[in-house]
Amino acid sequence: MEKNVFDQMKEEVFHEKLDNGLNVFILPKQGFNKTYVTFTTNYGSIDNEFIPNGESDYIHVPDGIAHFLEHKMFEKEDGDVFQKFSSQGASANAFTSFTRTAYLFSATSNIKENTETLIDFVQAPYFTEQTVEKEKGIIGQEIRMYDDNPDWRVYFGLIENLYEQHPVKIDIAGTVESITDITKDHLYTCYNTFYHPVNMTLFIVGPVDPADMMQLVRDNQAKKSFPEPVPVQRRFPEEPEKAAKAHHEIRMNVNSSKCEVGFKMPASAVTGREKLREELAASLLLEMLFGKTSRFYEKAYSAGLIDDTFGFDYTGERGFSFALVGGDTDQPETLEKRIQKQLLDAKEGIHLSAEAFDRARKKKIGSTLRAFNSPEFIANQFTRYQFNGLNLFETVPVLEEMTLEDVTAFARKMIEEERFSSCFVLPKETA
Amino acid sequence: MEATREQTFQTSGCSIHVLETEKYKTNTIMIKMRAPLDKETVTMRAILPHVLQSGTENAPSAAAFRSALDDLYGALFFADSAKKGNEHVLTFTMEVANEKYLHGENDLFDKALSLLADVLFRPKLKEGVFPEKTIRQEKRSLQQRIRSVYDDKTRYASLKLVEEMYKDDPYAIPPGGLLEKIEPIDNASLYTYYQKALAEDTIDIFVIGDVKADQAVQKMKKHLPFEDRTPSEMITDTGHAGEDVRVIRETQDLNQGKLNIGCRTSITYKDPEFVAMQVCNGILGAFAHSKLFMNVREKESLAYYAASRFDSHKGFIMMLAGIDQKNYDKTVQIMNEQLDEMKKGSITDLEIDQTKALLKNQLQESADTARGMVEVLYHNIASGTSRPVDQWLQDIDAVTKEQAAQAARTITVDTVYFLAGKEEK
Repeated sequence: MEKNVFDQMKEEVFHEKLDNGLNVFILPKQGFNKTYVTFTTNYGSIDNEFIPNGESDYIHVPDGIAHFLEHKMFEKEDGDVFQKFSSQGASANAFTSFTRTAYLFSATSNIKENTETLIDFVQAPYFTEQTVEKEKGIIGQEIRMYDDNPDWRVYFGLIENLYEQHPVKIDIAGTVESITDITKDHLYTCYNTFYHPVNMTLFIVGPVDPADMMQLVRDNQAKKSFPEPVPVQRRFPEEPEKAAKAHHEIRMNVNSSKCEVGFKMPASAVTGREKLREELAASLLLEMLFGKTSRFYEKAYSAGLIDDTFGFDYTGERGFSFALVGGDTDQPETLEKRIQKQLLDAKEGIHLSAEAFDRARKKKIGSTLRAFNSPEFIANQFTRYQFNGLNLFETVPVLEEMTLEDVTAFARKMIEEERFSSCFVLPKETA
Repeated sequence: MEATREQTFQTSGCSIHVLETEKYKTNTIMIKMRAPLDKETVTMRAILPHVLQSGTENAPSAAAFRSALDDLYGALFFADSAKKGNEHVLTFTMEVANEKYLHGENDLFDKALSLLADVLFRPKLKEGVFPEKTIRQEKRSLQQRIRSVYDDKTRYASLKLVEEMYKDDPYAIPPGGLLEKIEPIDNASLYTYYQKALAEDTIDIFVIGDVKADQAVQKMKKHLPFEDRTPSEMITDTGHAGEDVRVIRETQDLNQGKLNIGCRTSITYKDPEFVAMQVCNGILGAFAHSKLFMNVREKESLAYYAASRFDSHKGFIMMLAGIDQKNYDKTVQIMNEQLDEMKKGSITDLEIDQTKALLKNQLQESADTARGMVEVLYHNIASGTSRPVDQWLQDIDAVTKEQAAQAARTITVDTVYFLAGKEEK
């Protein structure tokens, strides 16, 4: 077990790669009541073409299967694992993103039992035709709920515009139609390919004794046998640099219009600290251009073009990155043009002053510190960073060494008009 | 579990509650202003937090104010309005990094406090009142916010149920304000109302973090000089039930129907039976092992969410699920059956044990965030109840199945609200 000390953050992280390949991280947080544990596989909705473990040809699996599998992991021959967690005073949950599937619990008691329950249930799949069929009704309702949600629709509408081929454009839960094709055999194929310990990370944060907890995980894993790991072979289609579609409009039963503008970036070529620097440059750039202290925000707000739903987001994951800007507005066309102009100006270095940079950086440092109050943030983000070859604890030191030039260079390189797209949600015509 | 106890200091204008703890990397100040919910004032109260953060004497625009926050290492400031029973609560929160984690910074806490004081006591004025331009902008924003409630269908359905069920009861007033009361607001009348609220609301200040209580109190008194007043007791009024169950159906162009069943109970947070009702609601619908989740979702695959919620300052319970319209009758029937099971006391050992374990877990977890701690404390402070966390935890353990069933027998279904979606294709 190795110990990493992050002086400035006053945090320590213990790490061990077990014999079976599982990465285990433990961050002791004294003074907290809650322990939060995540067990995550480096597998998400985009991983829909791969060579199944033990075979030699690529297969394509139905849309929404990673999320479906996440739902079905909870059901066992002797009932639902939620029951067991409840009995042990733990609140359990799971989520599926583009690139990860995470199982988790939080609890203030029975930490060892709950940790074993978490590891054991994720390592013991049990799928039957009957339970798979039953889940289709439940997930169908989940999909319909999102179909009625204008924020989700405009978000995914924009991603669909940006990408021509890449499976990031497919809704994480799939569609009511695509999930009807899912069988228990599909689930086992995906499970056997992506849930090997070598492809997974366990993260424990809370008032725990690290040596004790590490021993518990070691013992638990030593009792189980796993096949020899084979490297996961995924395949992704070639994605052009330009946006697939410049614009799209969605009519919904809503009062407010929404406008989102986004641009995609070529998949990152760098790794480690350089990648972290790139990611931070992206978020500083957006803050400087569109943050609440920017001239853009002030002008657009006083002109009534935006309200406090206005925001921005950068997503940089394995194999794709994009940025989104927008919110509710009465004048989607005007807002779209303003955002695009602001971005194109930034490519020329306009709006990128030293003063704005300092302020954005300070804000980012403060928000990072605040985020370290949250066990959820630490566990989820640390895992995400680790899968991407980054270290979450380097965020503040890297921010402190960054300069305005990092941001202007990023803007020069990444902003291209042909990579832009926009998506509106508009009220249905009442006529 | 860390035994963190707050220390409370009464001044003639407000109460100051301090929690000394080193577990966070930030320090937090929260100010709560409470007054009865009223149709005539709620919209002004809802707009005030937005007006106040659009400029102070020292930082005379929203951008200048936000810049001042960013310069304090992204100090977080937010203000919101919420409902507690029949009362309206404005909350102002300032959270700032603890400088011991930063290189060469000091006085961040003091600077953040004086910024917060500027917002409340030295807002930007023009000719002695709020600037007209600010009011115009914020009226438009508020209009937009209220109109967009319609777009979030789950929230919309809950609000409509409450509106229908509590006609002529202040509880029906949405804490975010009323659309028809926006127009009459002007800069002078809003300023006059703000002065009144500042002078008369019941004020609680919370300081949480790496601070010394006596120093914190001195600083609060100096920077936040609330005038003398008599704090008001919170009104708890559970309202009056109608004769029969009312059924209301609204149809919209939607993929999923939203079913919300509103119920009343006479038990509120102040009552000794409150904890039994909390356990009752837990068994019925608060968790993934609860009766509603197990029967509506897991057994029948009718819904993705199926749950119940208990607003303890009103005695309001809501059962809710998102379903296909064709499954309306079946779902209503299952929900009613599960409530009847509770009343009959058909509760297993497992169900009550799981519920107690999770309720205790929730309570202990809430102490891990500054905001969570304040919310737990404020339940007691606002309602004039004494239920310290350790006592609360013990009380949960002591609840019997019969007590949970007794609590269930106080529940009556009042109004069924269904926001119907379109027919199955």
